[in-house]
Amino acid sequence: MQQLNAWFTDLLAGNEIFTANTLGYYAEGLATTVQLVFLSLIIGLVMAVPLAIGRGSKRPWIKWPIFFYTYVFRGTPLLIQLYIIYYGVVFVEGIQDTWLWLILEEPFYPALIAFTLNTAAYTTEIFRGAIKATGKGEIEAARAYGMSRAKMMRRIILPSAFRRALPAYGNEVIFMLHASAIASVVTIMDLTGAARFVYARFYAPFDAFLFVAAIYLCLTFSILYLFRYLEKRLLAHLKPQS
Amino acid sequence: MIDLQGYGPRLLEGALITIELAVLSLLLSVVLGLLTATAKMSRNWLAHRIATLYTTLIRGVPDLVLMMLLFFGGQIGINMVTDWLYYQFDMDIFINIDEFIAGVVTIGLIFGAYMGETFRGAFMAVEGGQIEAARAYGMSESLMFRRVRFPQMMRHALPGLSNNWMVLLKTTALVSVIGLTDMVRVAEEAAKATHEPFTFLIPVAVIYLLIASLSEWFFAHLQKRYDVGFGGEECNN
Repeated sequence: MQQLNAWFTDLLAGNEIFTANTLGYYAEGLATTVQLVFLSLIIGLVMAVPLAIGRGSKRPWIKWPIFFYTYVFRGTPLLIQLYIIYYGVVFVEGIQDTWLWLILEEPFYPALIAFTLNTAAYTTEIFRGAIKATGKGEIEAARAYGMSRAKMMRRIILPSAFRRALPAYGNEVIFMLHASAIASVVTIMDLTGAARFVYARFYAPFDAFLFVAAIYLCLTFSILYLFRYLEKRLLAHLKPQS
Repeated sequence: MIDLQGYGPRLLEGALITIELAVLSLLLSVVLGLLTATAKMSRNWLAHRIATLYTTLIRGVPDLVLMMLLFFGGQIGINMVTDWLYYQFDMDIFINIDEFIAGVVTIGLIFGAYMGETFRGAFMAVEGGQIEAARAYGMSESLMFRRVRFPQMMRHALPGLSNNWMVLLKTTALVSVIGLTDMVRVAEEAAKATHEPFTFLIPVAVIYLLIASLSEWFFAHLQKRYDVGFGGEECNN
C-alpha cells in the first residue's frame, strides 16, 4: 500500500492539474454518474415492461396515453425535460410542506426523475417492437396449449422478446450514459461536472475534458463488451449452425 | 393564448437559430459521413484506420463533453497558433471563434461519425451487379457514384438518416449550455427571470415536437421516392 502510495505521488509529482485533489473530484463524479445512470436504467426498465404491454393493447384508453407519453418524451430534448422538472418541481402546489421536498430539494432527484422518464419512453418502444416481432407460430402453439393471455405473456412472449430487444437495449444504455452528461447543467457534480470544475479552475480545457472523455470511453466500451457477451450467451440459438 | 411577457420575438429568433444550426450541421455531417464511409471501405490502410478511429472515438464520448472540448479548447488552440505566429513572424492576427459556426462544426463533426456508419452499411447493401453493369457501360468512378451508387445507396440509408436527424435535432439543445442563444437558452432565461418555467419551456418542447413530426412526414415522402421501382414491400423499415 505504501509502495502504491509512493508510486502514485511520484506519478503526480510536478503535475499542477491532476493532483490527488482533482482526481478525487473525478472519482466522486464517476460515482455520481454511475449511480444516476444505473438507477434511472433500472427504474426505467421496470416501468417499460408494463408500458410496452399496454402499448400493444387493443383498448384505446390504455394504448393512446402510452403512445402520447413515448411520443413526447422521445420527440423532445432531454435537456428540456430536465429543465421542466428541475425548475417546475418548485411550483407544484404545497410540495414544499411535505416530506417529498426533502428529497426533491437536491438536484440529483429531479435529474433522476427526468432520466428515468426519458429512458422508460425509449425502452417502451424497444420492447414494443420486440413483442410485435414474436413469431406467429409461437403464439399459436401457446394458444393450442390452452394458455391464458397472462401466462402466454409470461412464458412465451416476454422471454423471447427480451432477447430480441437486447442489441437495441444495449444502445439505449450507452445513449443514457452519454445523455447523463447534461446532469452537470443543473449543478450536479457528475463526471462532466467535475471536468467543468477543473476547467474553470485551471483554465485547461484539453486536460480537463480529454481526461473525462477517456473515462467515458472506457465506460462505453465496458457496456459494449458486456452486451456483446450477453448477446452471445442469450442469442446463441439464433446463430447460424456451423 | 399564453402570455409570453415580451419574450415571444426572442423565442422565435431562438427557434430560427435552432433550425439553422440543425440544418447546417446536418449538411456538414452528411458530407463528413460520405467521406468517412468511403474511407472505411477503401483499400487504403491509413484512410481506413483514421476513419475507424474517428467513428469509434466520437461515438464513445458524450456529445456535451465533445462540445465543451471543441468550444473551450478550440479558442485556446487557435490563440496558441496566433500567438506562435506573432512571436515567430510578427503577424498580428486575432481570430475569435464565432459561437454559431463553432456549434455547426461541433455537431457536424459528431454526427458525421454516426452518418459514416449509416452510409457504410447502405453502400454495402447496393448489389454488386449494379456496379459491374455501370463499369461495363464505361462509367468513370465519379459518374458511377453520382448515377448508380448514391441513388441506390440512399434507399437503404434513409431510415438511418432520418433517425440520425431526429437525434441531431435534439442535440442542438445542448448548444444552449455553451452560450449560444437558441430557443432553449431563451426559454431557460425567461423561466428563471419570471419564475414561470412551464409558460416558456412547454412551448419550446412543442416546437421540437412539431419539427420532429414534420420531418417524419418529409422522410416518409422521400423514402417513397427512393423506393420507386422496388415494389415497396421490401422496405417496411
